[in-house]
Amino acid sequence: MIVLGIESSCDETAAAVVRDGREVLSNVVLSQIDSHRPYGGVVPEIASRAHLEAMAPVIQDAMDQAGLGWSDLDQIAVTQGPGLASSLLIGITAAKALAMRTGCPLTGINHLAGHLYSIHLNSELPLASPDCPWLVLLVTGGNTLLAHCQSIEQVTVLGQTIDDAVGEALDKGATLLGLGYPGGPEIERLAKSGDPQRFSFPRGLQGGRGIVLGGYSRELCFSFSGLKTALLYRLRDCPNWQQQGAGPDLAASYQEAAFDALLDRLERALLETGCQRVACVGGVAKNLRLREKLDDLSTRRSVDLHVAPLAYCTDNAAMIAGLAGARAMQGFPLIPVDDVQPNLPL
Amino acid sequence: MEIRPFALESRVSAHTNSLRSMKKIDATTILSESAEQTQAVAASLARRLPAGSVLALHGDLGAGKTCFVQGLASGLHVQQPVSSPTYTLVHEYGGDVPLYHIDLYRLQGAEDALDMGLDEYMEGAGITAIEWPERAASALPAETVHIRLEHGEAENQRRIIMDAGWR
Repeated sequence: MIVLGIESSCDETAAAVVRDGREVLSNVVLSQIDSHRPYGGVVPEIASRAHLEAMAPVIQDAMDQAGLGWSDLDQIAVTQGPGLASSLLIGITAAKALAMRTGCPLTGINHLAGHLYSIHLNSELPLASPDCPWLVLLVTGGNTLLAHCQSIEQVTVLGQTIDDAVGEALDKGATLLGLGYPGGPEIERLAKSGDPQRFSFPRGLQGGRGIVLGGYSRELCFSFSGLKTALLYRLRDCPNWQQQGAGPDLAASYQEAAFDALLDRLERALLETGCQRVACVGGVAKNLRLREKLDDLSTRRSVDLHVAPLAYCTDNAAMIAGLAGARAMQGFPLIPVDDVQPNLPL
Repeated sequence: MEIRPFALESRVSAHTNSLRSMKKIDATTILSESAEQTQAVAASLARRLPAGSVLALHGDLGAGKTCFVQGLASGLHVQQPVSSPTYTLVHEYGGDVPLYHIDLYRLQGAEDALDMGLDEYMEGAGITAIEWPERAASALPAETVHIRLEHGEAENQRRIIMDAGWR
C-alpha cells in the first residue's frame, strides 16, 4: 500500500511517500519561515503564493527520493483542514489533479488526526485499540488539545484550549520579549540560561467562568491568554528588565508556566482515563524542556511515553500519507475531498 | 448604529447583576474589573445586536479582544469553546445567529481581506467580530460598531469604549 501525501495547511509545502502506513520512503518539507519572518507570523497571501510555486517541485522531489513512478502509487492523500483556506486550496487542487491524471483513489485527511498518527511513522508501536488506548497531547501553533485514541478512527477530544494555542502563547511571549519569529525556539534558546522559578506566572485556566466549554471538563481544558497578559504586566511594571538582564529568567519562567499547565492537564487526563500509553505530538513537542517534563511524568506515573520524532513534529506530509495508508489497510473508506475545510474539527 | 450599553433588557440573566455593579465612566465607557465582567458586557451587547452587525475590536495584545468575543458567544448561546483564530483567520460558531470571529493581524490590506471572503461574512445574517480591523479599514462597512479595549490601572481592569470609531 503506497500512498503519496500532500500537506499545505499553513506555511509548509510538503509531500511524502509512505509504504503500508509506516515506512517513510520520502518526506519533503519546504518551510516558508524565511518569507514570513519579517511579518512576525504567517501571512496568508504570501503562504498561498509560495505553496503554488513550490507544490509541483516538492511532489516531484518526494517521488524521486522514493524512487517511484506514478504507476506505483495506490492512493493519494491530502490535508483538507483545519488550516488556512487559501493554503489548503493549493494542496487540494494539486491532489485532485494528480488523482485525475493517475487514476489513483483520493482521500482527504484531517491535519490534526495526522499529527496524532505521527508517532507511528517508522515505528512498530501498536496502533490504538480498545485494549490499548492512547492519550495524546497535541501541541502546535494553532491547536492545543488532549485526545483519547481508541483506534485511528475513534478519537475523543477530552479538552482543548479555550483561547490561545500553546505555540501561539510562546510566539506572543517572544514578541513581548522582543525576540524573533517563530517564537517558540527563540524562547527555548533564551530560557536555557534562565531560572524557571524566578518569576511566578499563572498556570492553567484563569477567569474562565461564564464560558460554555462545549461539554469538555474544565479541568482538562487549557488557557494561555492569562499567561500572556501576566508577562505583559510584568514587563510594564519593570521597564528596565532588559538592562537588568532579566530576559533569560523571564523566558524560562514563562515557558515553564506554559508547560506546567500542559503537564497538569495531561496528568489529570491520565488519572481519569487510566491510559498506559501517552504521546506528545505537534511542533511544540520539539521543545527539549517539554520533553524533559514529559519524561518525568512518565517515570513518576509508570506509563509508556512516545514523543513524535523531531522530523514529524512540525507540519509534514508523511503523517498524512501514513494515516491514509493505515486507514486503507484497516478497511476504512476513502474520505471524499469536496472543498477546503479551514475549521475542520478533530 | 447607536449603542447604549446600559439600556438593559428587563430579562434577568446571569450577567445582569455583574453588569449593574460596574462603573460607567461616561456615556460610552465602562470600567470592567475582570474578564467575567468584560464577557458580561459583550454578552449583553450580543443579545441586542441586530443580525448582520459588524464589530471592530480595537486593542493591544492582551487587552481582552478574544475575551470579549467569548462574551459575545455566550450571549448568543454558542455551545463550543471560543479560541483564538490567529492561525486560521476565521472561526465560525453556531449560536442564536452565526458568530464569525475574524483576526486580520496577518493581512496586508483590504484586498487580502476580500480574498479571504471577509465581505461574505459581513453580508451574512450573523454577527462578525473583527480583531485588528485597522489592517483592512476600507473593507469595513460604514455602520461598523467600533469597540476599544484598553488596559486599566489594576491588573485585571479594562476600559471598554463603545462606539469608539477609528482612532
